[in-house]
Amino acid sequence: MTEVASFTGYVYPNETIIPWGVLIVIYPYLTGLVAGAFTVSSFYHVFGMQQFKPVARLALLTSLSVMLFVPAPLLLHLGHPERSYLSMVTPHLTSAFAMFGFFAAFYTILLVLEVWFVFRADNVARAQNSTGLARSFYRAVTLWSDDVSPRARVIDAKWLLILAIVGIPSAHGLHGYIGFVYGSLKARQWWESDLMPVIFLFSAIVSGIALLMVLYVVTSKLRRVRIDFACLKGLTLALWGFLMFTVILEGLEFANLVYKGKEGVDIIMEYVQGPLFWRYFVLQFGFGALLPVALMGLMVALGTRGRLFVAGAMTSAFLVLMNVLLMRWNVVIGGQEISKTGKGLLTYPMTLFGHESFVSASILMIAPFLLLWLLVRLFPPWVDRSESA
Amino acid sequence: MTKDKKKTERREFLCATGKALAGLGVAATGGTLLAREDDAALAAKAASFPTKDYDWTKHRWAYGIDATKCIGCLRCVEACKVENDVVGDANHFRTWVERYVYLEGEDHALVDSHADPQNIAASGSESEYRFDNRYKDKKVSKAFFIPKLCNHCAHPACVQVCPVGATFRTEDGVVLIDHDYCIGCRYCVQACPYGARLFIEEEGVSDKCTWCYHRITKGLMPACVEVCPTGTRVFGDLNDASSPVSEFIKNNQVQVLKPESGNAPMCFYVGLDKDVS
Ligand code: SF4
Ligand code: SF4
Repeated sequence: MTEVASFTGYVYPNETIIPWGVLIVIYPYLTGLVAGAFTVSSFYHVFGMQQFKPVARLALLTSLSVMLFVPAPLLLHLGHPERSYLSMVTPHLTSAFAMFGFFAAFYTILLVLEVWFVFRADNVARAQNSTGLARSFYRAVTLWSDDVSPRARVIDAKWLLILAIVGIPSAHGLHGYIGFVYGSLKARQWWESDLMPVIFLFSAIVSGIALLMVLYVVTSKLRRVRIDFACLKGLTLALWGFLMFTVILEGLEFANLVYKGKEGVDIIMEYVQGPLFWRYFVLQFGFGALLPVALMGLMVALGTRGRLFVAGAMTSAFLVLMNVLLMRWNVVIGGQEISKTGKGLLTYPMTLFGHESFVSASILMIAPFLLLWLLVRLFPPWVDRSESA
Repeated sequence: MTKDKKKTERREFLCATGKALAGLGVAATGGTLLAREDDAALAAKAASFPTKDYDWTKHRWAYGIDATKCIGCLRCVEACKVENDVVGDANHFRTWVERYVYLEGEDHALVDSHADPQNIAASGSESEYRFDNRYKDKKVSKAFFIPKLCNHCAHPACVQVCPVGATFRTEDGVVLIDHDYCIGCRYCVQACPYGARLFIEEEGVSDKCTWCYHRITKGLMPACVEVCPTGTRVFGDLNDASSPVSEFIKNNQVQVLKPESGNAPMCFYVGLDKDVS
């Protein structure tokens, strides 16, 4: 049962049932991580930036694990998930959402193909070196082809490049598109913005880089291998750069809204100074963006190295992951907490249990990483310096 | 809420309404509409729809609201809930009424609707609609009521965003939802600038005013128009120059809500005010 939102001022009676809850916060967050992780893998696979080699394959597996869970919050949110296929059978083309199923399916296939090619040679070797069930499994995964001759490897590499090149616009298109799903809704001033797709895209990239930093450091610790400083530094610099850009975009968007001061801006001001103050200015902007920008800037300026650098990088990465989650929350929930009457504010009541609740959302946030753990077990993405991939 | 519970509530409500109507002596118009229907009658009603011989290319429905006439009796809200089996709580309405009150010396109106907690406290139940007397000790300089409902927009944002085409605009100008096709994504609820759409959690689908499509295609008026004792609400066919709504538009300088939305509403108002949104 949906909770009824409390409100102040005047809101339309039907608005007290908030249409989109926490699952629709999780959904763009997960999609953002997919696009961001893919970006990290492309640093190496497309742009050939060698320092990202240690995380490139992990990034690819991360992107796939998360992508497989992207439809879950949407389906769980629908009143009739069993009818969701209708959006692909009879898509209503004027809807900004009609294409999601196709884009998502296309991108998932692309990711699976890319993973297949990247891990093909490894899997062939694994099939040859194992027996019994494991052997059958890896042989099946390679589709019973064990050609790893230099000629075959060249063909693999060609395919990989093509897939990665198609993959970049697809991953980013998918996510920019989600920004458009919100940005094109003219009924809500908080969402209606031309910058929304761009902001979604850049925040996606930063969240993906931050996630890979965390995953890389954590897995290195667990595996007891030395952290590749060049790799972590590269990620940190990328995060720093993209984050600055994102903050500027978000700042510009807010400035635009306030400066134009269209009808309804009064209630928006009341909202940002009241309920949103902590969530938006202090946590999202202050702690989530400005602090990591400053911290990483300082580390770069001082030429910090070693453990201190790892600690600083981790802190920044965690803060950025929080920043992006808060950004999704403040956009999705925030937009609905400002009444369409322009005369009132609502408070989204998140339930603890239930199909759209804190617990269901948390499960969906954790599940992709359990899958990632499994995939990493089956297809170890690690590359030591000497090995070639 | 289950269907059964809804039905029982509806029965209780009908009895109460019946008494109230008898007391007020307006049973003549409201009586037939609000008469108790047993299941057989409901089934017959369902079987009679879509109406035979109804040609939707021959009509262009529109709605008029003269807010200067509204007395806030909320009979329309009751009638709509009963006629359309709308969920009986204070969070689901196909039509509602807003009260605007300017106190002396104030630049902005104080706004509430019957769904306001204070008004529910005054009526004692979420399924009895009333405006409380909160301004009785205040100096009021201006006050009026604004009835609201789906505007059946000519360019409906809700229809534009529906990913499966479950919601559509009919040839005769009514925006409807196919409840067997709706996937329950609520994108349309977000897109409507007027808060006219509601979501039925139990059924997992969106819902809204249909201008009582099952009635108008039989030559009847929508329930809210039928019961309005002051003639605030008028309805009719724009293709018929002498229909109430054609007359209404011809004889008044009419406005629509939030014209800047680009939705081109088909509910025309008289007596709006700067603070009405
Ligand atoms: S008022 Fe809202 S629900 Fe009705 S047609 Fe217009 S946009 Fe759609
Ligand atoms: S809730 Fe139903 S009618 Fe509304 S946009 Fe979604 S599928 Fe269409």
